[in-house]
Amino acid sequence: MSHVWRPLFVALALVAGIIIFRSFYVPKEFGVGEAGYMYGWHNPNNEQFWKDIKVKYKGSGYCKDCHTKNFTSILNTPHAIIPCENCHGPGTDHPDKITKLPIDIHRLLCLRCHAILKYPNSDRGKIRGIDPATHQDPNVECVTCHDPHNPTLGALKKTPQRFPVYEHEPAEAQGKGGAGK
Amino acid sequence: MDRRDFLKQTITIIAGAAIPASALEFVNPRTLFAAKGSDVKWVFLADTQKCVGCGFCVKACKLENEVPYDADVSRTWVERYVICKDGKMRVEGKMSNPGFGINADSPKAGRDGFTTPRIDIGEGKHVEIRDEDISKAFFVPKLCNQCDNPPCVQVCPVGATYKTGDGVVLVDRSWCIGCGYCIMGCPYGVRFFHPVYKVAEKCTFCYHRITKGMKTACVQSCPFGARQIGNLKDPNDPVTKTVMTGRVGILKSEYGTKPQVYYLALDREVR
Repeated sequence: MSHVWRPLFVALALVAGIIIFRSFYVPKEFGVGEAGYMYGWHNPNNEQFWKDIKVKYKGSGYCKDCHTKNFTSILNTPHAIIPCENCHGPGTDHPDKITKLPIDIHRLLCLRCHAILKYPNSDRGKIRGIDPATHQDPNVECVTCHDPHNPTLGALKKTPQRFPVYEHEPAEAQGKGGAGK
Repeated sequence: MDRRDFLKQTITIIAGAAIPASALEFVNPRTLFAAKGSDVKWVFLADTQKCVGCGFCVKACKLENEVPYDADVSRTWVERYVICKDGKMRVEGKMSNPGFGINADSPKAGRDGFTTPRIDIGEGKHVEIRDEDISKAFFVPKLCNQCDNPPCVQVCPVGATYKTGDGVVLVDRSWCIGCGYCIMGCPYGVRFFHPVYKVAEKCTFCYHRITKGMKTACVQSCPFGARQIGNLKDPNDPVTKTVMTGRVGILKSEYGTKPQVYYLALDREVR
């Protein structure tokens, strides 16, 4: 046989090698899914990976049973629409592994909604807001005077109270009245 | 060729040429509603009037989906548009500046909300727009449109990204080779490289939550109901009712991608 055929055999061997490697490497499930050849060519087992991601934001219903007082009292205020976890952080592993949720008491948290922006085509224009540069001392947290669980101006704190580090009250103490903080 | 053959072949050619034309048809939620197969078809509804730009959705999304918090990438973001009465653009300078040509910004994807009237034009610079000059101003939440014809899936050379039966586009991290075709192919710019896993990353409609009967993290954390998710196959779902009977808009319909994120009070300036 002529030596001119040799490159052909090399090429055939390469193709055969790739096909054999592919048959081992590509999972058996890999194929055309429900969405058709153009959009559904994949390994369907991967869906389980995305379903198994851990849920971090548990929803305010998760807080309800232990923190009943704060959960119910906020319902009668304009802040009723804000889910607990927006300010208190995601409830993952609380209370099992993380006993205290690190709460964000920084001014910027309140300014997300309450920095005044007079926008005519957004409900932002209807929210009562302040100019962060001129409203009181810009270095003092809003929670010094305002109670986020009862933000109405009638409920302003009579004596300003600084929170250098947020002290998370144990859940069982909440039923005994007091400031509810 | 006789007359009969000529007519037959003409009809065949015309019929064949008509198929791509019908494929370019704009999205019709009723077609999807009636489609057989899965009992669930996820759709999203965003209300640009209700959105106040607080950015809690972006914060929740990043924490929920383990997207590095301070990295300049996000699965969802909030854009601010400010349109002036004189129609002039206040954002000048380079084309690469965010918001060039439109007075728009999305600092840190809107993660920390919008706390100042100044428009962020990048590189630490801002543009001041006086209240009395504003004709229109609003916020637009953005996320993956979970297109019915996803271009990102079409361009993937290895089959790493795909559309599930319930209409969510996902990425197989173990199979993605990081070529970036999908990131370039998405007309909405929702895809990015995950800084940790070095593969294509995108909004999954919180697939781990919606398949457990929960809402997505962004929907749950929105105090104003500006974001909603629903099942288009359920005729009693409030989102389905709005999508079917309300005045909803979609983004970039001209691309024929059939996006499944619908917008209320959408403006023509939004792109």
